[in-house]
Amino acid sequence: MDAGVKALLMDALNAAKMAGAGYADARIGHYRNNFVITREKQIIQVVDTDTMGCGVRVLVDGTWGFAATRSLTPDGVASAAKDAVAIAKANRIARDRAVELAPTPSVGEVSWTSGYTTDPFTIPIEQKADLLIKANTEALKVASVKFVNSSMFFVKEDKNYANTDGAVINQLMVRSWLPMQITAISADNSDFQIRTNTIQPMGRGYEYLLEQDPIGNAGKWGEEAAQKLKAKPVEVGRYDLVLHPSHLWLTLHESVAHPTELDRANGYEANYAGTSFVSPPEKMLGKFKYGPEFMNVQGDRSQSGGCATTGYDDEGVQPETFLVIKNGVVNDYQTTREQAMWLKWWYDSQGRPTRSHGNSYADNWNDVQFQRMPNVSLLPGEKDLVWEDLIAATDSGIAIIGDGSFSIDQQRYNAQFGGQLFYEIKGGKIVGMLKDVAYQMRTPDFWNSMDMIGGKRGYMLGGSFFDGKGQPGQVNAVSHGVVPARFRQINVINTGRKA
Amino acid sequence: MALPANALTSQSDAEALVARVVKQSKADAVHVNLQSTYTTNLRFAANQMSTSGAVTDAQLVVTSAFGAKHAIATTNDLSDASIARVIASSEALAKLAPDDPESMPELPKQSFQSVPAYFEATANVSPEDRARAALAALAPARAAGDVNAAGFLIVNATATVVGNSTGLFAYHRSTNANYTITVRTTDGTGSGWAGAEHPDWTKIDFAATSAHALEKARASRSPKAIEPGRYTVIFEPQAVGDLVQLIGFYLDARSADEGRSPFTKTGGGNKVGQKIVDTRVTLLSDPRDDQLLDTPFDNEGLPLGRQVWIDKGALQQLQYTRYWAKKSKQPATGNPGSIKLQGTGPTQTIDEMIASTQRGVLVTRLWYLREVDPRTILYTGLTRDGTFLIENGKISAAVRNMRFNDSPLFMLANLDAMGQPVRVAGTEAGGAVVMPPIKVHDFNFTSLSEAV
Repeated sequence: MDAGVKALLMDALNAAKMAGAGYADARIGHYRNNFVITREKQIIQVVDTDTMGCGVRVLVDGTWGFAATRSLTPDGVASAAKDAVAIAKANRIARDRAVELAPTPSVGEVSWTSGYTTDPFTIPIEQKADLLIKANTEALKVASVKFVNSSMFFVKEDKNYANTDGAVINQLMVRSWLPMQITAISADNSDFQIRTNTIQPMGRGYEYLLEQDPIGNAGKWGEEAAQKLKAKPVEVGRYDLVLHPSHLWLTLHESVAHPTELDRANGYEANYAGTSFVSPPEKMLGKFKYGPEFMNVQGDRSQSGGCATTGYDDEGVQPETFLVIKNGVVNDYQTTREQAMWLKWWYDSQGRPTRSHGNSYADNWNDVQFQRMPNVSLLPGEKDLVWEDLIAATDSGIAIIGDGSFSIDQQRYNAQFGGQLFYEIKGGKIVGMLKDVAYQMRTPDFWNSMDMIGGKRGYMLGGSFFDGKGQPGQVNAVSHGVVPARFRQINVINTGRKA
Repeated sequence: MALPANALTSQSDAEALVARVVKQSKADAVHVNLQSTYTTNLRFAANQMSTSGAVTDAQLVVTSAFGAKHAIATTNDLSDASIARVIASSEALAKLAPDDPESMPELPKQSFQSVPAYFEATANVSPEDRARAALAALAPARAAGDVNAAGFLIVNATATVVGNSTGLFAYHRSTNANYTITVRTTDGTGSGWAGAEHPDWTKIDFAATSAHALEKARASRSPKAIEPGRYTVIFEPQAVGDLVQLIGFYLDARSADEGRSPFTKTGGGNKVGQKIVDTRVTLLSDPRDDQLLDTPFDNEGLPLGRQVWIDKGALQQLQYTRYWAKKSKQPATGNPGSIKLQGTGPTQTIDEMIASTQRGVLVTRLWYLREVDPRTILYTGLTRDGTFLIENGKISAAVRNMRFNDSPLFMLANLDAMGQPVRVAGTEAGGAVVMPPIKVHDFNFTSLSEAV
């Protein structure tokens, strides 16, 4: 860690302790974004953003306080620390229970860098713009494709952390994404169809975007947009669904990853994101059957390329890999140091130590850290099955590729998902394209209807740069490893209303 | 600990900063946006205090242009060295950027309406004030024994500045206080929500808002299931805001003219002039409206005045960027963030709407709204935190939450009655949103949810 930054972190911690904090942590972050935005054969905008500051979190007599400042001077950070303590002290009048933190071994002074080969911030703007416009041009070669919006979005975070338990951590991370939206329009302007969400965001560098070959693939994506104009409207009914990993990651995210956040389960997000049907934990852990016995869902922050992958979380904990769902049954929740204490009874009963899984995260230096999602992944099945094997094994159904519209209730029971591409399956073969497809589901029924799952060869990461939670709202980048899977007799609706 | 000194850039400091950027710039044109903010917040949940904070921040955005090439760089460090760096960085990026055939020249000097949106009482709220506001919800909830309260209070003060190398300068200060609370019954069967928002902190009644959520939680206990389908629905103002605010996101004239908007006319062109909803509906933006009090200019420094998007049911105006306005020979409208639905004709209270309803559903708010079909603004989402069955002019039972698939355009075409507009506090996109309660027929619920 830079000596000047470390000195400021120590100034903040000392000021917090002097003002009366029992525990404090301080984060100084330098967050950079780079965007290149295009449409059709032209550039729209080029943007570099840069923000730096210090956030100080304190516990005073069991009550939290937080303050953040862009003033990176000894006085500036000390003043933020004192403000955080003043807030915690003021809140004491409304305190009921004192916050307790799970013990965590101090990691000492350490550093970590995410896995990337090419730093996207070293690639010249004209090279990025050229790649996007060439890809757009390929998509525009399809007759009915009239518009293409594409952009590159890069994130680079230099995060510095210290706490009063002795952790001093420097981390450098890079994430990359190339969103592209291709619009095909019918000749009489009576219909338009969009193909988007073609490239997943990833915790990797510029090399990842090149591997996705946007120029080579854009023509195919354009053809898919055009085909959607001519696709057959779906008939409502119950169908067997074969879901591609590029689609299923989002269903997993909404219906398994969010409900197993411990703050949601215990009511701490009730006023915004909502609570969870996987509650109360004492009725769920080791008891609730989420899905079939071959369903295993893992939380981790160590998968290569994962958007939530990190060496240490935002309260100095080295994250661990854990099973959220084990053999189809709820086994654990996502936790921070504060929350791990709420499950002490469970960890004691399992002969496991009570410790945080390392799921604390703050969107930026000016946001307070809280529980955010690690990479939550559906582990591959034992049989070596791939996407084509699942289609071949299905007599009648719908195959869905890519994520589309998504909505789920505040306890994560009732969800509705669209997609990008929908194909009718008959006799183990894809026989044509469908449109206006969405499926509605009740989460436990849906996962318990899963009867086939792909093996390791079909495993891929999907994810989002913008998973929202908390008040004030924060976003978290997260990945989900998924294999293709089949679900039986799911309710499909037709969304193509005209009035 | 109230508003820290220098947290908000003063008008004179802003003028000096813009002048300095213009002087140091080597570009053909330079544009400056500066926003400085002081934000404080407090959360509570499960009848406990949760996180609270105070943040002082700023963002300086410099756009440099060389002919048709342009680029943006930003920083939150307002030191001399950092300002020099951000100017140089935007210039270096702009020189490398391809030509933008749609680039527009900087606006000349403009005059702006002033909007009295800054309240000292809001800027100077203390940690003790916020803790007392939380206690106004927590103390009754703890004493009640049968409920858990979760709430959020956020207070901010902002100075917004736009300037450029062609003499334009705009400055606006504003404050806002937003409070929302969800009360859930400990038996897990009832949930009630209430919210309040105003630029003036003293206008928010924390005890009354909290009591309203608590009453709703108790009234919504043990909901019964009804068959999904088409219903007459009375939407409280928050629920109206959740859906109707979305219309504002589809008003772009260019998308309509290009054939990819709900306001595209089959055969070409757009639907301006066509009746699209009930003739009692008028949808507008107006920074000076007492209930909106919004910024009177956009990021480009374009003055924002009153704009009527839907006038008595007909699409009156789409939103024009400066480029599309020039190309279409229309005035540029900018893209205001605030929106208000105003009725013409007699209004009804929610109680009057209930009394005149044989069978229907009363909805407090909507949740997780996501686009299903951009051709019609068809959205899906769910009811939340207080959904009730109306039978024979009275609320007869709490009902389970339901998922809908419907469009605010279809909803406003099926209007039965409208009330007085109020400012709402909880839309998913935020911003100043003023909506009346409304009653509509044939709203489309497609499935039941067990969620409370």
